[in-house]
Amino acid sequence: MRRVRRGCRRVMIRFENVTKVYDPNARPALDDVSLEIDRGEFTFLVGASGSGKSTFLRLILKEDRATSGSVYVAGQNVANISSWRVPRLRRGIGVVFQDFRLLPQKSVFANVAFAMQVIGKSRSIIRETVPEVLKTVGLEGKEKRMPHELSGGEQQRVAIARAVVNRPGILLADEPTGNLDPITSMGIMGVLDKINQNGTTVVMATHDDDIVNEMRRRVVELRNGVVVRDEAKALYTSMIPVVGESRLLKDASDEELDRATGAQQ
Amino acid sequence: MRLAFILGEIGSGLRRNLSMVVSVILVTFVSLTFVGAAGMLQMQINQMKGYWYDKVQVAIFLCNESSTSAGCASGAVTDEQRENLGKMLESPAVKQYISDFQFESQAEAFQHFKEQFSNSPIVDSVTQDQLPASFRINMKDPEKYQIISETFSSQPGVETVSDQRQVLERIFVWMNGASVVAMGIAVVMIVCAVLLITTTIRLSAFSRRRETGIMRLVGASKTVIQLPFILEGVIAAVIGALLASGTLWLVTLWLNGDLSRQFLNTPFISSAQVLVVAPVLIALGGGLAGIASLLTLRRYLKV
Repeated sequence: MRRVRRGCRRVMIRFENVTKVYDPNARPALDDVSLEIDRGEFTFLVGASGSGKSTFLRLILKEDRATSGSVYVAGQNVANISSWRVPRLRRGIGVVFQDFRLLPQKSVFANVAFAMQVIGKSRSIIRETVPEVLKTVGLEGKEKRMPHELSGGEQQRVAIARAVVNRPGILLADEPTGNLDPITSMGIMGVLDKINQNGTTVVMATHDDDIVNEMRRRVVELRNGVVVRDEAKALYTSMIPVVGESRLLKDASDEELDRATGAQQ
Repeated sequence: MRLAFILGEIGSGLRRNLSMVVSVILVTFVSLTFVGAAGMLQMQINQMKGYWYDKVQVAIFLCNESSTSAGCASGAVTDEQRENLGKMLESPAVKQYISDFQFESQAEAFQHFKEQFSNSPIVDSVTQDQLPASFRINMKDPEKYQIISETFSSQPGVETVSDQRQVLERIFVWMNGASVVAMGIAVVMIVCAVLLITTTIRLSAFSRRRETGIMRLVGASKTVIQLPFILEGVIAAVIGALLASGTLWLVTLWLNGDLSRQFLNTPFISSAQVLVVAPVLIALGGGLAGIASLLTLRRYLKV
């Protein structure tokens, strides 16, 4: 299902017939994907492992080059960004991972400040901004803690703070709740929602059906590198029965299959 | 801010890899000491060659007041004797063997002596009178030295006829051999140093891959990510080069101290000449380390 294309300015991320092939002998990781994500939109990217979610995120960051087709970020074709200007592209994109990726020997404050130091922000701006961002993610008063002294949810909040401290227009989250229990996950979703409310475009790859069903945001489902579903305010699993579903599902992992059938019953 | 940040990164990198950094310092130290030794042997050869070595082959030294040889029994050379010798050099019998000659007065001899022995204490105790005037002869065929020697050594006013080359050449062959050996060892050691720097940088990049991964994601520039690693290697190598320079300086102190008192007739290179070698060593060490680090990072640190 294609969305109607609106004015170019509103589109934050655009994929135009994007194909990504890692191994010429295997099927493509992404197969002729066309997609638009608007500025300020919150999008879930769902699909089994190996369905192409991570490749989708990597192409936005220009970590990989599309085999064919074009990827536009904020109106700019990333293929035309020279290697020395890639850092500038990435400054406009925050990234959060399943495994948090904090620096274990740095405090909460230092972990967040690190993202500002390495792009040359002045000490006074760092001192001013970091506490603000920590407040946004709900970690007030925990500046001096070390990562190992924090719970998983708190660690992920630090990671989110680090991702958004430079005020990127886009936040990419690759299964940010994958290591967290359901209640903690909802807390993290609250933080991501708040960041989205402030105008940041959020793209979140996830397996977590509870969260998707709870949030009721746009859902893009990938299967074997193809967009099989793109619905606004959708559920984790499509309500519309698809002809030949059972045949397609054979390619998905067992876990996905269980979830899909469980939801249909 | 960014500079302070990079310096901090370098500091933590050096501390984390201390044993590897120390080995880089030692290997560059030894290799550059050999490079410097080879260079300074060449400088020493030039110093010993003096003013005339590359210009002429044979010298006819004339008597002065303090000459003791048999030919000088009648005292210092007279103007008449000197003119006579000049005429003999112009005569066809001799002229066929020589291409040109020059007269070096005592004043000129003193000047050249002062230049050659500028580092030696001997220069203070020698006066112009003690040095002989001389005819410096450029041979058409250096092998015909015997003819000149026979013709002139018995002439009145001639103290001695000498072919300085024959004496010095043997020493120079030995010294050149030594500098080739030093250079050979230096090359092997430099290869070691480069490989060691490569390994160190690789380890360093590996142990900090978490930091560099985050730097990449938040959009740090290539310079900010790579510079700490490159400088880490360069700093270690430059410390090694400084140690090598220090060692060579100590060697020149020994040359000009003990050794110059034992070999009063040999001019030695001065400690100041280390200042010529040291920048070369530092540039060589730093440059090699920088290039080795850069190439390693290109392979092992994605940006």
